[in-house]
Amino acid sequence: MLDDLRLPLGTWVEAGVDWVTVNLAVVFDAIRAVVLALFGVAETAFTQPPEPVMIAILTLLAFAVRGWRMALGTVLGLAVIVLVGQWDNAMLTLSLTVVAALFALLIAIPLGIWAARSDTVSAIVRPVLDFLQTMPAFVYLIPAIILFRIGVVPGIIATIAFALAPGVRLTELGIRGVNKEIVEAGHAFGASPGRILRQIQLPLALPTIMTGVNQIIMLSLSMVVIAAMVGARGLGQDIVQSLQRIDIALGFEAGISVVILAIILDRCTNALGSLQQHSPIARLRARSVAARRAPSPAPATTGAAASAVAQTDTGRVGSAVGEERA
Amino acid sequence: MTASRPNQAAPDPHDDVALRVEHLSKVFGRRPKEALARIAAGASRDEAAKLGTAAVVDASFDVRRGEIFVVMGLSGSGKSTLIRMLNGLLEPTEGTVDVGGERVTGVDAKRLRGVRRSQVSMVFQHFALLPHRTVLENVAYGLEIQGVGRERRQQLARDVIRRVGLEAWETRMPSELSGGMQQRVGIARALCADTPVLLMDEAFSALDPLIRREMQEQLVELQAELGKTIVFITHDLNEAMFLGDRIAVMRDGRIVQIGSPEEILTDPANDYVAQFVQDVDRARVLTAASVMEPPAAAVPITVGPRGALKALRDAQTSTLLVTGPGRTVLGAVRDRDVMRAVQAGERELRPLVDAGVQQVDPDTSLAELPELAITSGLPLAVVGDGGRLLGVIPRVMLLAALGNVPTDTSELQVVDLPPALDARLLTQTLDATPEVHDAR
Ligand SMILES: Nc1ncnc2c1ncn2[C@@H]1O[C@H](COP(=O)(O)OP(=O)(O)O)[C@@H](O)[C@H]1O
Ligand SMILES: [Mg+2]
Repeated sequence: MLDDLRLPLGTWVEAGVDWVTVNLAVVFDAIRAVVLALFGVAETAFTQPPEPVMIAILTLLAFAVRGWRMALGTVLGLAVIVLVGQWDNAMLTLSLTVVAALFALLIAIPLGIWAARSDTVSAIVRPVLDFLQTMPAFVYLIPAIILFRIGVVPGIIATIAFALAPGVRLTELGIRGVNKEIVEAGHAFGASPGRILRQIQLPLALPTIMTGVNQIIMLSLSMVVIAAMVGARGLGQDIVQSLQRIDIALGFEAGISVVILAIILDRCTNALGSLQQHSPIARLRARSVAARRAPSPAPATTGAAASAVAQTDTGRVGSAVGEERA
Repeated sequence: MTASRPNQAAPDPHDDVALRVEHLSKVFGRRPKEALARIAAGASRDEAAKLGTAAVVDASFDVRRGEIFVVMGLSGSGKSTLIRMLNGLLEPTEGTVDVGGERVTGVDAKRLRGVRRSQVSMVFQHFALLPHRTVLENVAYGLEIQGVGRERRQQLARDVIRRVGLEAWETRMPSELSGGMQQRVGIARALCADTPVLLMDEAFSALDPLIRREMQEQLVELQAELGKTIVFITHDLNEAMFLGDRIAVMRDGRIVQIGSPEEILTDPANDYVAQFVQDVDRARVLTAASVMEPPAAAVPITVGPRGALKALRDAQTSTLLVTGPGRTVLGAVRDRDVMRAVQAGERELRPLVDAGVQQVDPDTSLAELPELAITSGLPLAVVGDGGRLLGVIPRVMLLAALGNVPTDTSELQVVDLPPALDARLLTQTLDATPEVHDAR
């Protein structure tokens, strides 16, 4: 009878997790210690400075990557967070996000590079990513608690697993999408694979990879809020609380703080991918390039020769006429 | 791999061989070896198609030092596959390649990189410049990989950049350059790597006809100056004939003939080549684009009669094309009319313009041109997209080009050309009339 037929998949996984807990406890304790230490550093960095100092730093950062409008938005947004009394929570959430995103990046980018270079790796990684991405976020929390005990660590670990996929995918996509002929040019001149990766593939894939970075950060933020269910602190805690108490006021205040953080993080990391021309950093960079170029040929001769070349290149179109009009 | 054949004379009898290809084959697909065996046993390429695509089959040739060796064939005939095996971008299914006495096939990655750095560099169809680097850094790329110090390689790169006439563009990014200029950077990059052999796969195919011709001329010049050995791939017979010291004709992956351009034209090895070349009898091979001249004998309508007269004198022709906005062709003016107008002090060129100028597409073959050209008595305008003037075919040129054809078209030569007015007469007229009459 079909009713009696039951695949004990859950039991198997449980048994597996049990075995891992018992036998690999050392490994997980080590991971726990590392994550905890890093989180400690981030927490100190974000929560210790007084609010005005922290706001000034973040605003300056926003100004550097996107200009004064972004800076203005950042000040206003952060002010709202302070005024609804969510500042400490927001900084805790930010610490969690930064640590989780950092680990996710450290795993995702090398994995993406590897997958881009090997079809086999790509074929193995792809279904794993599909699995990670489609599994409901809460489910990660269960093994995470068992392996890392309650607190911030299981929250961070679950976040890493949840946020990983787009980083890997976009890194692979970016590198595979680099113009084949240009990569071939690297090979044709005798460049080593490492050199081609550093000098051709990574720089040309950078905009796509930065999109991946952006996605990792955004997913981390959303997951960090969910991770409050297993004891991660920050805005998520208030949200979980408001849910239990049906407290609309608290829920909205914490929720809007998440939205503000999300917008600031999104706009800033987005800008990193393709530094806009009018952003102060881009301008600085352009100036240093100009300075680097300065010692080469004098501008006057440059102009004349340039127009000469331009003329030959259009097939000396109307060269007789050009002289007449000059 | 092919075993060494001890009973064949191993030492190279001609040490002027820059590149040697022996029994080179490449099959794409799952069972390349089997496909090749099937073909060796007499199966056709199509019959072996189930096992794999035979892109190159049993190619053997030597390229001599300082030679431009052209590989020509229709699209899909295996040219790119062949050239990419010459520097190990593709590993052959069978056969060997030696460049400068060094084995390219079947060697490990490190050896192969060594050969690429010291022996053979490449120019790509779509330029393949590094978009995030300046022209100078692009040109110095080969030397950078070879481990030459920054100062030294930039100095060498500047020399090469000067050679290709791009010294004013050193600090620009490739995207700021026109296609022709980008390809010059591509060529400069290959030259700067300072390898004896250059591989060029359809290097000029992405360029406009006039620029293409200029690049061909420049390449021949550079080659004469630097003595590089060049393997040049093209599907364009004009280009092959112009550049090639020797030409290999490929068909369906096989090399069907190797010879000088004359041999290929006059003594085709088989029906395929004959057809290829007959299809090519000069009047057909030569297209409007291939015989047109840069439109020196053309002026915008705004120059007025005096400007037109000066241009007529400088170009020493009896007729001049007149262009409007967007370099569209309005028509032509004749020297007598222009002179009369200048003497009469007229300011406008428009009333003199004869709109009966024939316009042809750059790809029109010469065989289709004569009746158009001869009947009109005016030069032919070659126009591109949107009616933009690309070049002119003066009647003299047309007759000369057709004169090469040993066919019944030779009777066309009797057509008279109206003599141009004496240049001194034009100068006198210009001197005798006041400058202020120039139309703006
Ligand atoms: N990487 C590849 N995989 C499978 N088939 C290929 C590959 N590259 C080329 N071919 C096939 O080999 C044949 C020759 O191609 P190619 O060398 O590019 O010709 P050409 O350069 O003369 O146009 C074509 O039929 C093409 O489809
Ligand atoms: Mg090709």
